[in-house]
Amino acid sequence: METVIEIKHLEKAFNDIPVLTDINLELKRGENIAILGKSGTGKSVLTKCIVRLVQADDGEVLVLGNDVLRMDDEQLNEIRKKVGYLFQGGALYDSMTVRENLEFQIRRTQLEKNKTELRQLVEESLENVGLLDAINKMPGELSGGMKKRIGLARTLILKPKVILYDEPTTGLDPVTSGEISELILAVQEKYNTSSIIITHDIKCAKMTANQVKIMKDGKFYAEGTFSELCESDDQEVKAYFS
Amino acid sequence: METLKENILGSLERFFTEVGSILLFTGNVIRQFFTAPFEHKELLKQGYYIGNKTLPLIAITGFIMGLVLTLQSRPVMVDFGAESLLPGMIAISIVREIGPVITALLCAGKISSGIGAELGAMKVTEQLDAMEVSGAKPLNYVVATRVMATTILVPILVFFADAVGLFGSFAALNMREDISFRLFLSLAFDSLGFADVIPATIKTIFFGFFIGLIGSYKGYTADRGTESVGLSANSAVVTASLVIFIIDLVAVQLSELIYGF
Ligand SMILES: Nc1ncnc2c1ncn2[C@@H]1O[C@H](COP(=O)(O)OP(=O)(O)O)[C@@H](O)[C@H]1O
Ligand SMILES: [Mg+2]
Repeated sequence: METVIEIKHLEKAFNDIPVLTDINLELKRGENIAILGKSGTGKSVLTKCIVRLVQADDGEVLVLGNDVLRMDDEQLNEIRKKVGYLFQGGALYDSMTVRENLEFQIRRTQLEKNKTELRQLVEESLENVGLLDAINKMPGELSGGMKKRIGLARTLILKPKVILYDEPTTGLDPVTSGEISELILAVQEKYNTSSIIITHDIKCAKMTANQVKIMKDGKFYAEGTFSELCESDDQEVKAYFS
Repeated sequence: METLKENILGSLERFFTEVGSILLFTGNVIRQFFTAPFEHKELLKQGYYIGNKTLPLIAITGFIMGLVLTLQSRPVMVDFGAESLLPGMIAISIVREIGPVITALLCAGKISSGIGAELGAMKVTEQLDAMEVSGAKPLNYVVATRVMATTILVPILVFFADAVGLFGSFAALNMREDISFRLFLSLAFDSLGFADVIPATIKTIFFGFFIGLIGSYKGYTADRGTESVGLSANSAVVTASLVIFIIDLVAVQLSELIYGF
């Protein structure tokens, strides 16, 4: 199978405080990796390094075979079109309606599209997450779960090959969390995407992930399939699954 | 003694680091003014916002300033028998100093803090990051449009404040004596020259630029964490007000050099 993302010996420190010390990872097409870890261990920093929102100090990040850390801005923009990023709170633009939020995503990349095509794309994307009714709402009027779904719709509109989910279910009730996890799976089936999913939600990891990694002190402390880690004797690993 | 010295050196270092990073930010923003795409829609929206938010406030404040200034100076002028100089004197103080500074301070309080809070919130909730990965440069779309809007709008607001202030002054004079609006205007404008209007206008363009810039800088560089939104808004007002007075000080020295008064 084709490798979509490959990370080798990734390092990042903020003000001499190391956050990522030696991260290695390989994501194959159609695969989902779940990353578990305590708050503040650098999970978000890791995903931000993949799209170079944070500039890594050392190591290698290959996305679809391209070296992200050392490419120019134009190439980076091309890569960013292929990598969707769902931010922790959805990161919807507060001053724009849902429709404008989605349109904003494509207006730079697909200028050649005319008005009807644009509208269709937006509506199709919202339908994918079951929120077509919210099209004229402002983000302030939406619940946390809805914001994340709209955020996902905004990501999907570019039909990315890879999606990075930063805590997609954190802060949601169990029912809504379940719905989001199902949505992640549905998206993956429909568009054949690969994903990295950062989560604290064991159910979400169980439902979505082919591979689970536990992050600690800037490295992956344990890796394997969900059931392998489930049966681990290591106290630290057990703590996540109890 | 040692700690005092360290404290002073520490704050000096922080001060100069801040100044340096503001300068760097300024350079980046100015470069965006000349970088495609030009976001005229967002610029118009921001301009409308700014006018809408400040116009009533500036109207009321301007009127009161003109009124109070006139009422307070009139007795002295009457004592000297120089009543006819009053409109000219008021016009000069309003156009050269009071109109620009009061308007700029009001805008620092309302616009700079607003931009600081808005951008701070966008930073904290990762909206700026989201924009960045979507291929839109937040420095272009969000910051440059706001800075350009304040740079254009503040001088216009100052003209408006000047006009309302003069009207307030006329109203005050009218309470005490019988003077026609026409006579008032001709007395006021007779003493106003280019040397009053031009430096004042140039000064307000700088006020406008820095009101937008400081607000944006504070928001753009906000720390992670929700409490930093309030901090950005707050320090935007403080820094912008300070910068306004510094520009005012420099402007008065420069116009003295150039026009010789
Ligand atoms: N831009 C930044 N500047 C300084 N420190 C940062 C920055 N981003 C993250 N950090 C630090 O890196 C660590 C990891 O953060 P993060 O990746 O957000 O954790 P999490 O695993 O909860 O997502 C934290 O200690 C945080 O303070
Ligand atoms: Mg995080």
